[in-house]
Amino acid sequence: MGWMLLILVLFWTVMLIILPQLYMFDLSFHPNLPPPEMGGPKDHHTLENYKYLVFGAPGNEDGYNKVDLLVFVRTLIAAAFVTVIDLMLCYPIAYFLGQTKGGGFIRILVLLLIIPYWINEILRAFAFRIIFGDSGVINEFLILFSVIDSPIDFIRANVALYAGLGYAYILLMIFPMYNVIESLDRNQIEAARDMGASWVTIHRRVVIPYAKPGIASGCTMVFMLSAGALAAPQILGGPSSLWFTQLVYQWFNTGSNWTQASSYAIVLLGACLVIVLTVMRLFKVNMGDIGK
Amino acid sequence: MSSGVSVDLQDMWIKFGDFVAVREANVNIKGGDFFSFLGPSGCGKTTILRAVSGFLEPSDGNILIGGENMIGKGPNERPTALIFQNLALFPLMKVWENIAFSMEVRGASAGERRKRADELLDMIALSDQGDKLPSELSGGQKQRVAIARALCAEPDVLLLDEPLSALDLKLRQHMRTELREIQKRVGITFIYITHDQGEALTMSDSVAVMKAGIIDQIADGKSIYDDPSTAFVASFVGENNCFRGKISKIIDGQAVIDSNRTGALRGRIATGAQGKLSVGDDAMMFIRPEGLSLTDKEASDTRIMAEVHHSEFEGQSYNVFLEGTEGKEMKMALTNRGEAQLFDAGSNLKISFDANQAVIVPVGELASE
Repeated sequence: MGWMLLILVLFWTVMLIILPQLYMFDLSFHPNLPPPEMGGPKDHHTLENYKYLVFGAPGNEDGYNKVDLLVFVRTLIAAAFVTVIDLMLCYPIAYFLGQTKGGGFIRILVLLLIIPYWINEILRAFAFRIIFGDSGVINEFLILFSVIDSPIDFIRANVALYAGLGYAYILLMIFPMYNVIESLDRNQIEAARDMGASWVTIHRRVVIPYAKPGIASGCTMVFMLSAGALAAPQILGGPSSLWFTQLVYQWFNTGSNWTQASSYAIVLLGACLVIVLTVMRLFKVNMGDIGK
Repeated sequence: MSSGVSVDLQDMWIKFGDFVAVREANVNIKGGDFFSFLGPSGCGKTTILRAVSGFLEPSDGNILIGGENMIGKGPNERPTALIFQNLALFPLMKVWENIAFSMEVRGASAGERRKRADELLDMIALSDQGDKLPSELSGGQKQRVAIARALCAEPDVLLLDEPLSALDLKLRQHMRTELREIQKRVGITFIYITHDQGEALTMSDSVAVMKAGIIDQIADGKSIYDDPSTAFVASFVGENNCFRGKISKIIDGQAVIDSNRTGALRGRIATGAQGKLSVGDDAMMFIRPEGLSLTDKEASDTRIMAEVHHSEFEGQSYNVFLEGTEGKEMKMALTNRGEAQLFDAGSNLKISFDANQAVIVPVGELASE
């Protein structure tokens, strides 16, 4: 029974994830040709697509493809920012959930966290647009209580985008941490308290080291998914802020340039992997811990 | 190292909603004593310990440590250190970091901490184990690390919550001796929680026996065993034969109880029960199995007739299970002096006891097995 399940999962991983990625990887090293000419005499391996991302179109006077590179770096930084915000927001929640006894209350809390996710992502993004809009709930309230005179443009300031992205992955941050913290022996916290440790020390020396696998697991997922998000940036992003995935989407869709799109997608994937693995190395988290 | 700090509980009540976990506890623990709370699980002894350590506020009453009232002070503000039942060592810290954690909290340098941890490791005979993780140690070693960690904070009072219960029998007996030795060496007050009477009697200067939130008796181990104040203490600590009857006579601290089952029996009124019993009261008399012996005496108020049910040979002693009139069950333990004789089931024996070893207390609830 167990090995059958393993084969199924393996089939799924290989056929539906790894092979298409490998195909894309190969595609990214080809020139963009109409389908009949693919594999024909004009087809060859080339670095053109990657060169384009770095240096722009041939004859580019700037020397570098500043627009796309800027979007690329900004996307990664923004995704890291969303991850950090989610971590700071979710750690207290996960700690509270994990260390509070008394099932009923906790179950209601978890339910309240989960239920909003029954609504689809695009609807949720539009809901955020309404909440943060010029005549949205937040602006209306602030004006009603005379905190501000004219509405703040949360969309342009990207507040809506960060809020939307942060909220979209909150569960993926909470649950891995909650799982680990729940198994932490309460006596360890009390022992530390008995020995005079402050709350900060207790978390720094006892809870966080113990919860590290959960934290790593949550952060990895939130970072990867934020960097790869499309709907939220599309709907909530300000006019001047483009997400790198939007560029990929444009190449695939409006640009009909699959080879160029593949190279962009591969660069994003590679960069995310490098960042995640580096951070894991820095914080001494093993790959095996993630599965805990 | 500081020593000899007293702990006093004054009229302390602890309630959880309607449930009274501890009822009017009054305990005076002398500085430097090894004091045990002994009782079955759920009797409130751990609750008392949590109140002394500061994890729990009593609903009423005071807790004094070294004469100073501790009410309103958190666990980190009290001169106590608690050793948890499951030890609660930090699994991700090395042994020496565990031991010196209380110094780390106070901001001591790594060098100082390591030095102190090594001293304590020497004391608990684990000199070279400081760089291991707790999971790499055996049960008894972890035990000693937990003690060292608690002592590192230089507490005035060390609180131990059944720390030996997870160990196997042999190690447990060894750790009893070791704990007692450590206590004598450091000279601080130990408060020990246990449901194991052997632990309480062997290690303690004083024992408080608890039942359902009430402290029945506080005394040294010998008095608890030989002179119990209540039926519960008599039946919970060690084995005892219980005889129930009505008091017909009281003379010079002794009393005679009459029962249909065994006739008139004479015993000594327990020190803790004196003045509480008068002629006509129902009472219970307890005689230890080793307090019974064979006799040729003619009928008297210290003699019982009984029939042998079965006997067991235990090496140093042999136990005879007896049935008195109307099915009254008794156990007699005879010391084996080489002439051990196993009695046939059904044979009739004359059993006698010393009236001073038969303790009479008011009728009360017995400890359930």
